[in-house]
Parts: sequence; C-alpha cells; structure tokens
Amino acid sequence: MQNPTADQLGAIKAMLFLLCLIPAAQLVLGWRADALGANPIETITHTTGAWTLRFLLITLAITPLRRYSGLHWLVRLRRMLGLFAFAYGMAHFATYLWLDQYFDWSAIARDILKRPYITVGFTALVLMVPLAATSSNFAIRRLGGRRWQALHRSVYAIAILGVVHYWWQVKADILQPLIYALVLAALLGVRAWWRELERRRQLAAPPPMQVPLKGRVIRIVPK
Amino acid sequence: MLIKRPADIEPSEITPRALFEDRRRFVLKAGLGAIAGAALWHGLPRAAQAAPVKLSPLTPSPLSTTEAQTPYKALTTYNNFYEFGTGKEDPALNAGKMQTRPWTVKVEGLAGKPRTFDIDDLLRLAPLEERIYRLRCVEAWSMVVPWVGFPLASLLKQVDPLGSAKYVEFVTHYDPQIMTRRRILDWPYTEGLRLDEAMHPLTLLAVGLYGEVLPNQNGAPLRLVVPWKYGFKSAKAIVAIRLRETPPATAWNTSAPQEYGFYSNVNPEVDHPRWSQATERRIGDLRKRPTMMFNGYADQVASLYQGMDLRKDY
Repeated sequence: MQNPTADQLGAIKAMLFLLCLIPAAQLVLGWRADALGANPIETITHTTGAWTLRFLLITLAITPLRRYSGLHWLVRLRRMLGLFAFAYGMAHFATYLWLDQYFDWSAIARDILKRPYITVGFTALVLMVPLAATSSNFAIRRLGGRRWQALHRSVYAIAILGVVHYWWQVKADILQPLIYALVLAALLGVRAWWRELERRRQLAAPPPMQVPLKGRVIRIVPK
Repeated sequence: MLIKRPADIEPSEITPRALFEDRRRFVLKAGLGAIAGAALWHGLPRAAQAAPVKLSPLTPSPLSTTEAQTPYKALTTYNNFYEFGTGKEDPALNAGKMQTRPWTVKVEGLAGKPRTFDIDDLLRLAPLEERIYRLRCVEAWSMVVPWVGFPLASLLKQVDPLGSAKYVEFVTHYDPQIMTRRRILDWPYTEGLRLDEAMHPLTLLAVGLYGEVLPNQNGAPLRLVVPWKYGFKSAKAIVAIRLRETPPATAWNTSAPQEYGFYSNVNPEVDHPRWSQATERRIGDLRKRPTMMFNGYADQVASLYQGMDLRKDY
C-alpha cells in the first residue's frame, strides 16, 4: 500500500492498537484463569518488561523500514508504538511497585539506589516520561520541530538502558538479552551508517560556485 | 480454427494436486496448532511420562515442617534444571527424554570401600522417609516440598570415608544428546559440601516427591537436598559422589564466584550482589515474607559454622 487514504490509515491504526493490546489482554485473562504459571508475578514482570523492549525496538525500526520500503506513511504509526512502549514500561514498573514490592517504599528506594540493573531500568523509565508527554501535534508545534526531534533522540539512550537493564539481571544465560542487543545494534548501526554516508556526500560535493563579479558589466547582446 | 494461446505457466510447473492439498492441510494444521497453542497458553506443560509410581512404606520424620505444602503442579512445572533449558517450564517439557533406568551412582575417592550402587539398591539402602522441607532458591522464591529419601550419611557410611576426606563432590548426569549443548554452565553440573555438612542428619538424598517417584524435572532418579542452603546446592540426577581432601569446583561458583560462594547458606543479611536476599516469595503467595537465617534451620546447623565470617564465606 503506497499511500493509504485517511480512512484506510485510520483502520490500520485501529487494528494496530488492538494488536498491541494482545499481550496485556493475555496477562489479564491469564491472571484471572490462574494460567500464568507457578509464579504469576514473575510472569507479569517479565512479560511487561519484554514487551517494553520489543515496542522500543519496533518503534526504532520504523525509520529504517520506511526508508528501505518507501512506505513513508509508516511514520504515522510511530507515535502509537512509542506510547505502547511507554505504557508497557509503566505496567512493568507498576507490577514491581505493587505486586512485587507491595509499596514497601524503603525497599524500593534501596533497590533503585543499590541495584545497578534497577537503577538503569528506572532511569530509562524516567527518560521515557518527557517523550510520552510530548507525543502530540500540539507539543511538536509548541517545541518546534528541531527541539522536539532533539528531545526525542533520547529514545536511543532509553533503548540501550533497557537492554542493559535486562542483561544485568540474567543469571548465566545471556542468549535472550544478546538477541535484543543485536537487534538494537543493527537499528542504531544503520543510523550511524546513514550519518556517515551523508558526511561523505557533503565532503564529495563540489563547493557551490562563488565567482565574485568584478568590473563593469559589458553588454554583449546587441540591442 | 481454434488457436490455442500458450498458458503463462508451463504444465510442468503446476503443483500436483496431492501436494497442493497437502499444503492446504499444512496451513489448516498450522492454524489449528496456533489456536491450540493459544488455548494452552501458559498452561501446564506436559512431558510424556509414565504414571507416577508410589513409594512405600514411608516413615514420617520429626525434621519435617508443618507449613502448607506447595502444590504438586507448581513443584513440577517451576524448576531450575538448566541442562533442560533456562525457562522455569522448560525442564517439565524436556526432562522426559532422560532415561532413569538403568542408573548407577559411583561412590568413590577417599573411601575405604568405594562402590558403584545400582539405583534400585539405593532405594533399599535405608528406610525411606518423608521429609517436608522448606526450599529457598537464590532467586528469592521459596517452596515447601514433601521429599522422599534417606540421609546422605547412610550412604556415605557404607563406603567408609577415610580420615583424610574433608569434602564431598557431587557429579550429575550430562548427556548432550538430550540436554542443551550451550555452555551456560560448566557441564556436567557439579556441587560440593564439606564432609560434616554432608553427614548432617538434615542432608537428604531424595528419590521421591509427594510419596511418588521423583519426576525427571525434579532431579530423578536421585538428587541431593540441603534445606539450609540455596536450592542450586542440591544437585539433581547424581551419577557420582566423590570423597575429597580439597574443596571441589562447583558449577555456579565457577560461573560467577563473586555471586555464588561455596557455602551458599541461606542468609538474609548477605545480599546477592544484584538483589536482596532479605525477603522471599513463597510460591502461591502474593506478598513476600522475611527470609530466615539458614532457611529456618539455624537451630540444627548454625554450630557447623561457629567462628566463621559468613559475609566472607558466603
């Protein structure tokens, strides 16, 4: 679909929205049916965390996908995907605060300060807040495109912190976090490569002609 | 005259009907599989296993706790047995491939009468007892498990440990044909105890669970149970027990020595470098509970560590 109409795009967005809710719905139904395994709190924590990372990576995949496929309308889905990353991140944090720690604030504060993987995860979550708060056309107008874009570049740092957060808590088997790290490296690597290409292009381009005009203009075309 | 236009597709390229229908069947099967998968989503994984065999007669033990026992389903679907996968439900799905008969256990090293025991002889070595123990995992969850087994001391006495024997090493089964080949840990998984820990009356060789033969994912046919230490000390599917003069290398200690010490006694005051050990979640509970020193077995075992700095010897 090269250029969906406004109606088609609306339908695509509605479908995507429902699709993004499936993991959350599975958790809610699984909880009610007691089908989340022997340690349901752990299942919820891991699932919401994994989907936060996945949505971050999907959001970061939009620009490369768009560039290589020419489907420029994909960018119109990016905000929703980013907000779902934020929503799953908040659900992950809420699970930790409520189900896991049961609002034991002193234990939570100690964890955030003392446990590097929690420090890193918490930092990523806090950094997501301004991005979620400025995910509206109003905010873009208010900030101006350039400043908005500069702010939203922090998603690169957030994704890196998210993968580190995962990596630092596995006991011995780093296969899963390694997969996330490789996907993220590819998504960031392609951007670095584009930058390099752009730099080379600018270097290779001849400088614009700037021959200063001197003396008098002689009319060579007869009147 | 009828002029036949050549078809776009060569007749030879057309998929034979049988194959085409097979493809349809495949698509149908895949679809049904996905639906079935969704229905079973996070449900009980079922490994192909024979009906559990009852163990009897069982002697009750004064060392048992009276706390509520963790349900059989949780005990057998939430396991750490990395040889069969690192997901908690992986062992239940994959351990069925392990053959637990014939099975022998070599008891060797610094022993006057080293010997290889057949598993069926081990089952008759000493009266089988039911021991209901707390199990505290290093990952800060816990269970209450009705084990069936006999004291490790009964076995060690049979081989007559020499005076020079100070440590006991446990070597477990490793078969790359049915277990993971990725070197997540140094296979085969090994564990170790000091001889006095091994001879302690609480230290159990378990052969059963809930009065039945031990399921493979729980470490069949023979596993160690040391209830005052983190769960990973209790090695599963043991094939050799060695009496030694020097401390053996142990799998988790080799993997991350700063995180998992040789002793690994349950201790709420000494945190894992990455998480707190002060509390634990009993499987089935919503709220965490405080972790007890030596997992609540301090009265029986604290004397083993008299004068030791348990922060240093974690």
